[in-house]
Amino acid sequence: MRTQRTGYWVGFVVVLGLLTVAPLVLPEFWRRFVTEILIWGLLAMSSDLLIGYTGMVSFGHSAFFGLGMYGTAAALLALGPPNLWLALSSGLVSAAVVAAFVAYFATRLRDIYFAITTLVFSQIFYVIIFTWTDMTGGENGLTFSQPPFSIPGLGSGRFTPVTLHWFVLGVVTLSYLGLRRITQSPFGMVLQSIRENEARTRAIGYHVERYKIVAVMLSGLFAGLAGVLYAIQNKFAAPDFVLFLVSGEAVIFNVMGGMGTLVGPVAGAAFFLLLREAFSRFFPEYYLIPVGVIFTLMVVFLPQGLLGFLRRRLNA
Amino acid sequence: MIPFEQLLVQAINGIVTGMILALVASGLTLIFGIMDVVNFAHGDLFMLGAYVGTTVFVTTGNFWLALLGACVTMAALGAALQITTLRPLLGRDPLTTILATFGISLVLQNYALWQYGPVPRKIMEPLTGHFQLFHIEYPWYRLLIAMLSAVIIGGLWLFMKYGTYGIWIRATTQDRLMASAMGIPVPRVHTGVFAIGAAMAAASGVLFAPLVGVNHAMGFDFTLRAFVVVVVGGMGNLGGSILASIFLSLLEAFASLWVSPAQAVIVSFIVLILTLLFRPTGLFVPTPK
Repeated sequence: MRTQRTGYWVGFVVVLGLLTVAPLVLPEFWRRFVTEILIWGLLAMSSDLLIGYTGMVSFGHSAFFGLGMYGTAAALLALGPPNLWLALSSGLVSAAVVAAFVAYFATRLRDIYFAITTLVFSQIFYVIIFTWTDMTGGENGLTFSQPPFSIPGLGSGRFTPVTLHWFVLGVVTLSYLGLRRITQSPFGMVLQSIRENEARTRAIGYHVERYKIVAVMLSGLFAGLAGVLYAIQNKFAAPDFVLFLVSGEAVIFNVMGGMGTLVGPVAGAAFFLLLREAFSRFFPEYYLIPVGVIFTLMVVFLPQGLLGFLRRRLNA
Repeated sequence: MIPFEQLLVQAINGIVTGMILALVASGLTLIFGIMDVVNFAHGDLFMLGAYVGTTVFVTTGNFWLALLGACVTMAALGAALQITTLRPLLGRDPLTTILATFGISLVLQNYALWQYGPVPRKIMEPLTGHFQLFHIEYPWYRLLIAMLSAVIIGGLWLFMKYGTYGIWIRATTQDRLMASAMGIPVPRVHTGVFAIGAAMAAASGVLFAPLVGVNHAMGFDFTLRAFVVVVVGGMGNLGGSILASIFLSLLEAFASLWVSPAQAVIVSFIVLILTLLFRPTGLFVPTPK
């Protein structure tokens, strides 16, 4: 147990070190690519809290991600001088409100019904955002300028690609440690017991619905955080990111990387983006054909995902 | 105030799209009821069926051949998909079937985009006549669609009720283990059911194609609507699905008198959410004791 834990932390420090150095040595394209992997990885981790730890497949994470983006855009466009922290909190609040709403209704249902309800909710938000042109810019979305990085009391400076990468890395690392702490807490243990046997968990006396609601809300909050980071990196919010495909990708990341490991989904995101990059060199628009085939094969033959074999060690 | 004629036209429109939706949804509910498979690719089978229909139509110029060709092709494809991806998943968590069929859906959708391009295609309707409905000309073809859908669904019902294979299918639904003990080849029944479901999706795709252009993204929309219908009607309940299709399509048709059709979809979503909250077993099934 102790050696496993030491091994885990050594691995953690090595990976973190590599990710910190990465933007200094990589060329421009790959630097951006790694930052993007981290952001999608955060979305994947947030959805892992539900899929891997609570046993609920959400097909609605695009709603939280997208609302994070639009919340950021709203704060940057409507309120005074652009402020990073204000944008961050506005994005998180929007995602949290939506997550609370979805959680309240969707958690009354189980299995596929939960999956369908979350999907329907995200579709409702998509329709609202897409058709409410005055407020959301409709199909064109909203564009804004990047807020400067600032630490209250210490001053501020513009983001460069490298500092932006470090900022994203910092947020994602803290979120990872937070999520890991959540899954190892007594609360996380109850979630895992819901995954293993919901009826028995209820019989022991846990209020299963409340745990599920909190799980969906937490998950939505982290998904919203990923949306905020993506909006800040790309300087826009668009309805495409509320569309079902983003939720689908979050599920793909989980299956490819290995559910219930938190690190696995990030690896899954990296694997997916690499596959997309590789295949889009040969057939630019149809990369989803080979990626879809690989995904389906992995569901059938490798249900544990790429990092599933490390499951025990990663949760140590 | 909206004139009465307009309400009546929307009511007929609602019933026509409702029958198409019922055809899609009955395939979906059949597959779910028998195999516990949540087929996320169902709308894409619908879409691909419509495309196969356009291909046959362009080569032969005959609508009925296109309908038949699409059904046969999609039944074969459905059987192949079931054998390669769903059969190995039998006995695993039903959620894995969502994931697997989601993968299939991605592949089919992008295959259609690759093969047929982004420009929508159209099939000419086999019946071009109109009749006078108040002051507008209403096409006969729309009524024909509703009737054909009803005939196909009725045929399915008769087959399930009296056909030998239909009885096999019902036996497999009730008790998979017992059915196989009685000598019913359960794996083959599963493949057959998936093929029937795929063929029904293809048939509705071809019937629907003359009304709107066929494009690669229409599948997802129909998957979602068919899901809403199947849940509102009660999972695995054929009659409930048909009633729910008509009910929801009528609601959407009336709602689109006031808001844009894109927003009218929200009405069915709200009905779904209310159903799930208050009658999770379905609106059109007797209250369970």
